[in-house]
Amino acid sequence: MRSDGDRAPLLLRLAAAGGLVYLLAPLLIIFVYAFTTEEKSFVWPPPGLTLKWFAVAWSRPDISAALLLSLQVATVATALALVLGTLTAAAVSRTRFFGRETISLLVILPIALPGIITGIALRSAFSTFSIPFSFWTIVLGHATFCIVVVYNNAVARFRRTSASLVEASMDLGADGFQTFRHVILPNIGTALLAGGMLAFALSFDEVIVTTFTAGQQQTLPLWMLEELIRPRQRPVTNVVAMFVVAATFLPILAAFYLTRGGDEIAGGGK
Amino acid sequence: MTAAVSLRAVSRHFGSVKALDDVDLDIAAGEFFAMLGPSGSGKTTCLRLIAGFEQPTSGHIEIFGERVEGVPPYRRSVNTVFQDYALFPHMNVIENVAYSLMLRKVPKAERLKTAEAALELVQLGGYGARRPGQLSGGQRQRVALARAIVNKPKVLLLDEPLGALDLKLRENMQEELKSLQKRLGITFVFVTHDQGEALSMADRVAVFSEGRIRQVGTPEDIYQRPNTPFVADFVGSSNVLPPALVERLAGVRRYASLRPEAIRLGGEARLSGIIVARSYLGPVTRLAIDAAGLRLHAVVPSGADLPGEGDTVGLGFDSAALHLMGAEP
Repeated sequence: MRSDGDRAPLLLRLAAAGGLVYLLAPLLIIFVYAFTTEEKSFVWPPPGLTLKWFAVAWSRPDISAALLLSLQVATVATALALVLGTLTAAAVSRTRFFGRETISLLVILPIALPGIITGIALRSAFSTFSIPFSFWTIVLGHATFCIVVVYNNAVARFRRTSASLVEASMDLGADGFQTFRHVILPNIGTALLAGGMLAFALSFDEVIVTTFTAGQQQTLPLWMLEELIRPRQRPVTNVVAMFVVAATFLPILAAFYLTRGGDEIAGGGK
Repeated sequence: MTAAVSLRAVSRHFGSVKALDDVDLDIAAGEFFAMLGPSGSGKTTCLRLIAGFEQPTSGHIEIFGERVEGVPPYRRSVNTVFQDYALFPHMNVIENVAYSLMLRKVPKAERLKTAEAALELVQLGGYGARRPGQLSGGQRQRVALARAIVNKPKVLLLDEPLGALDLKLRENMQEELKSLQKRLGITFVFVTHDQGEALSMADRVAVFSEGRIRQVGTPEDIYQRPNTPFVADFVGSSNVLPPALVERLAGVRRYASLRPEAIRLGGEARLSGIIVARSYLGPVTRLAIDAAGLRLHAVVPSGADLPGEGDTVGLGFDSAALHLMGAEP
């Protein structure tokens, strides 16, 4: 519903601009501090500009270790979520069974639940079953909300894909596997890609659940949190922050472009 | 001769709902067969049972003499034209049509040639590179048709094939479907709720109601000699006379149907009634008449001397026009 001819009233435009500044200005300050020459405290305006913190950040082993761990966790959690989330979405949208609505609600619950609750619940569950904290406990923690993102994307696409497409494929001689490969996957592919990227971005900057499910290991956000408390080379944190923004923002942007414009029902004839 | 499709005591129940209840049906090879009924009458369930999307709760289904219960849709030589066409949106037209050939690993050059020939058969030659989204409703329908016949199935199933088209297109498509069926010699089975469509296109019609087949016969049979009040009313809105009245008119206590065009005004009156509505339809005028509580319709030639609303008229008809049915409603 766009009315290109009408212009919004001045007051509304001012309010919108104000809102954007409020949201984005702090981000800009973070970026500027990544280039400052002052290393002990944040001084505004920066006394001088330098690129040396990028080199410092690049050479510090604690950063590369945290970055590697974050990438690994995000990749594995996303892969897990893609498989489980898609299967759940297919089950919920394609079949009717007892408790279907309940299951669809329970799947979404982890994202509605405060992260601290999920974290505490997982931590006590791990200790109850004497599971030592490891890479896999972090992955499990992240998978709880990654599944939701994939599920939501997949379920929306399944609903927009006409059920008769699957029947048409079977009718024309395709068995279940061929139907999945030639009809279902091409139709839900972009939704899965979008869901996967969102899940990756969410996992990459997750702090709360990770705090409860990580042992000695540090993911990148945990490393940043610690740096803020005990700073050594302050602007290095800002350099890493810029990187985290890029690593999470770009996938989210891509996901947005992949899923928009698909409003027509796939396979609906009329 | 073996029947193309045979149903023997077939039932399909969904919980307590009897979508199809103890149905026997034989469809001959090469026949253009219509399954007609209101929504929820079981006609679509019947089609889906033949296609293999549903399995019968009990009974047997045979396609050219072979039992097909438990055989999945992809192993039946039956193809379907879906009501919403179900064209694959991520493929272009020729890929859609060639889909079944691709699955059977037909070499690509041959595949494209066969698919193009099928498209020409539905007058869409040269449309192969387009996407389904770029086609009109009528064109999508033709693509769906080409895709379903490209494999030369033994039976072609059509689910409300003309339902989504506008009137003009529908009339063209009716003729085209008939001539296509003659050329291919394939058995066509189509589902419709439109009695005009069923009568004008089909060699034989089965009338469904509440999960059962009420009557099977040629369009003339169904129209002229309905066997139950339901069929008389649903196929061509005939007047249904109750047993008490028929006993007075013809001496037997059974239901009877009386076609609106068989009723005359004046002459030797056998019934009388008050005209409650009059609609001018060009060469004929349709009258709604209240005959002592019984609502009757008469179609009479238009003319200046027709009585108006509120007038009392005498109604005459030949005894032969009174078609006797059963004593059950």
